[in-house]
Amino acid sequence: MATTTEVLVIGGGSTGAGIARDLAMRGVDVTLVEQGNLTHGTTGRMHGLLHSGGRYAVADQASARECIEENRVLRDIAGHCVEMTGGLFVKRPEDTDEYFQEKLQGCRECGIPAEVLSAAEAREVEPYLATDIDKAIEVPDGAVDPFRLVVANAVSAEEHGARIETHAEVVDLLTDGDEVTGARVQHDSGPGKREHGLPGETEDIHAEHVVNAAGAWSGQLGEMAGVDVEVRPSKGVMVVMNVRQVDTVVNRCKPKGDADIVVPHETTAILGTTDEEVEDPEDYPEEGWEVDHMIDELSELVPILSDARTIRSFWGVRPLYEPPDTGTTDPTDITRDFFLLDHADRDGVDGLTTVVGGKFTTYRMMAEDVTDHVCDLLGVRASCTTADEPLPGSENLDRLESAMDDYGLRSPVARRSKERLGSYAPEVLGTDEPNPVLCECEAVTRAEVQHAIGQAGTDLNAVRLRTRASMGNCQGGFCCHRVANELHPEYDAETADASLDELWQERWKGHRHALWGEQLSQAMLNHTLHATTWNRDGDDADVDWDAFAGPTRTATDGGSHDRD
Amino acid sequence: MIGTEVLVVGGGLAGSVAALSAARDGARVTLVSKSESTLRQASGLVDVLGRVDGDLVADPFAAIEDLPESHPYSVVGTEALREGLALFDDVTGDRYRGGDRNALVPTTQGTVKPTLRYPASVAPGIAGDGHETLLVGISTDPDFDAKRAADTLAGTVPGEVRGVTVRFPRLRDDAKRTRYAKLLTEDAEFRDALVEKIAPKVDGADRVGFPAVFGEDPAFVRAELEAGFDAAGEPVSVFEVPTGPPSIPGTRLRDLLRHELEAAGVELVTGVPVVDFEAESAGSGDEDGERVTSIVVDRNGARVPYAPEQVVLATGGLVGEGIDSERDRVYEPVFDLHVPHPEDRYDWSEEPAFGDHAFARFGVRIDDDARPLDADGAVAYENLRAAGAVVGGADTATGKAASGVSLATGSRAGTRAATAVTQS
Repeated sequence: MATTTEVLVIGGGSTGAGIARDLAMRGVDVTLVEQGNLTHGTTGRMHGLLHSGGRYAVADQASARECIEENRVLRDIAGHCVEMTGGLFVKRPEDTDEYFQEKLQGCRECGIPAEVLSAAEAREVEPYLATDIDKAIEVPDGAVDPFRLVVANAVSAEEHGARIETHAEVVDLLTDGDEVTGARVQHDSGPGKREHGLPGETEDIHAEHVVNAAGAWSGQLGEMAGVDVEVRPSKGVMVVMNVRQVDTVVNRCKPKGDADIVVPHETTAILGTTDEEVEDPEDYPEEGWEVDHMIDELSELVPILSDARTIRSFWGVRPLYEPPDTGTTDPTDITRDFFLLDHADRDGVDGLTTVVGGKFTTYRMMAEDVTDHVCDLLGVRASCTTADEPLPGSENLDRLESAMDDYGLRSPVARRSKERLGSYAPEVLGTDEPNPVLCECEAVTRAEVQHAIGQAGTDLNAVRLRTRASMGNCQGGFCCHRVANELHPEYDAETADASLDELWQERWKGHRHALWGEQLSQAMLNHTLHATTWNRDGDDADVDWDAFAGPTRTATDGGSHDRD
Repeated sequence: MIGTEVLVVGGGLAGSVAALSAARDGARVTLVSKSESTLRQASGLVDVLGRVDGDLVADPFAAIEDLPESHPYSVVGTEALREGLALFDDVTGDRYRGGDRNALVPTTQGTVKPTLRYPASVAPGIAGDGHETLLVGISTDPDFDAKRAADTLAGTVPGEVRGVTVRFPRLRDDAKRTRYAKLLTEDAEFRDALVEKIAPKVDGADRVGFPAVFGEDPAFVRAELEAGFDAAGEPVSVFEVPTGPPSIPGTRLRDLLRHELEAAGVELVTGVPVVDFEAESAGSGDEDGERVTSIVVDRNGARVPYAPEQVVLATGGLVGEGIDSERDRVYEPVFDLHVPHPEDRYDWSEEPAFGDHAFARFGVRIDDDARPLDADGAVAYENLRAAGAVVGGADTATGKAASGVSLATGSRAGTRAATAVTQS
């Protein structure tokens, strides 16, 4: 199979999806391919902080200024993905006052609203802060749902004519002499929506220009074109708590270090993080000490964390980049700035642009720069409108709130559904069919799951990312099977089983990092339910029926206790 | 101090069986529990041994012979299991069925599960006889997708299996199973309306399975529904498919056991967690072990001490919090009994979701008298016994053996406790 497109974007993270949207809105024919789900890489494995810029206000003021600018843009165009929680930089007695003043000054220089709070005032904002803190700086940090944001970018791109292919891995770049002319893509289950059990297929996608936005994998993509992209993947752990122990982003006010931030995210709080260089972005150790380190360190800021229930942990790999010969040794010191590598200029290879580094908060700005560059090459004159056009789901949110009734859902469920669906809510929830809650932890209804299946096919992890079903305390023990039920009868029972097993294994992967106390108890309950009540742990295709007792075959039973 | 002969801590299946065994052997028994029994979370099926080394087991008594030494069955022996089953059969009468061989019960997930004792309301649904089956799901109950379950079952079991989903009349979307159960039990019009919806779909099926919502008196609901299908010209057997929590068959079993405990004169005290205990040396010499002399429970903030002669610990496993853990240790919270476990918590589990998890085997180890052992293999307290999921050594979830282990260890602990009382 062979197709053509003007621009091929490789990578379905925030950068790639942002570029696809921007190109499509400027009238360019664009195809995006992603090896896994949207947000498969770094984007799906971050702590969900919408930076105010405060974290960079001392060490990297250019980044700080970009952050506060894009922070404001995202509040406008992605209201259904953002929660403005506010943030605090908290100074403990052992942290220097000198740095505290530098932070405050830096915020002000960068145009980041910043107020000093006394210890008492800070504890009024966040009652669970440690009693011995000195003071804090309040900044407009927020929480953002990276899945919802990337999906919204992809949907918007599709609405403007783009083609988005997930589970489509680039196995090679197509070249003609010194020019990259496209990519050979391996579809996991045929093009289009993912469907378990469909055979894979190879497709050659020919393009006038290829954008490598593969994040931590962009070095591997570069190799396929014979160019060096010196990505330095650096891993970081995120520990997910059972509830929002804090409702404000809590940062430790010290120069740099691990384990210095707590982000309230949906129903949870996420502790982060570490910064450690790894060789392979797909194969690196996930270690228990990292989890322990988060809990122990951050308990100094928020003491209740030490005994709180952890529900899972996950690791992300940052695609850090620095130009050759910079020679930074500590990954924490590598710049968070992004780089556009024009391979024609840099390596004499036409038809390929790589974008590396950068931050989630400024994804749109990065996408705009890359799109400007590509449009220049293609001779496209249209200008960028992505900062002004609300993303799908975020249109008319102010009107939505008042115009909508609750669609027969009990109010907390309706509220959560509306937050996730944004302006899709009336269309999705306005059903005449019964709409029971499938995921009780996250208040996700059948209609929402069906809507996500409509977008994601049989990929229940993609359904999970869209809806948050199975992401709460029980880690899917009570709802994975319900979500799988919704695949049937559109997809057959075998497909539903395979999808269920895949989701169940993915949930277990992170749950394993929280196996003590209540969450170990939860793991045993899940194990009992799935292995005992449902006997899901074996493959019992060939049963010797005659060996077992049956209601009408008591003769073969031989038991003295039978009372049939 | 409140005196009693046998104090049982924990009111699940194991604690109930221990208390009944001791009471029937003539002991004065008090059963204290910290909360509602977890039986209402369980399916109501009584599995004894259904899977060994990945294979389904048809004859659990034969398969027990090959279990590893650490398995509670290997410790207390088949005899204890027989005694526990005899007590269970006596208590449940015609409300439960089953013989010496496992039956394969269809589940809401479309698998079949080997089990030795099952509610009579489940019996007509047993797979394997080739009878044609219609499964009925409720559109507002997301746990049981009858069509998906039927499609899956059809790939395994002899005989045709079909599924149909109906919207039960007069129920809101988030109605609990107990609500269906109440309507089915109390409301003839509701039953008639339901039969009327389903009858056209029967189409020659021999039996019709519903999720287990037949309420407190499933025999009555079955008879009424069967009469309805008869009248509609579609004679069928009606049966229940056991569900996960909240489980109506589990709740029925809990109520039945509670009734029997009361009838046997067992004093039941609920809502009282054990918070402390005292022990003393059982004799004068160093060789003599220790014995528990008092157990303190918390009743609404007040410490209430009991002075039992014998104690049975049936507080459950990790789920019931009879076994608890922290980041670096696993422990038994009442007596701090020895719980063997790997040092590194990453060795407590395996990467595959259904792997051979060490955590599933966590629990105290006992001798053939059901007495917990210390780290050196010596009896921890000479008048303390343990029963049910607090006893470790086997993954009874994958083995489909949890209820059987509760019956065997409960029976052993209760019987021996009563004997010890009589002898003293």
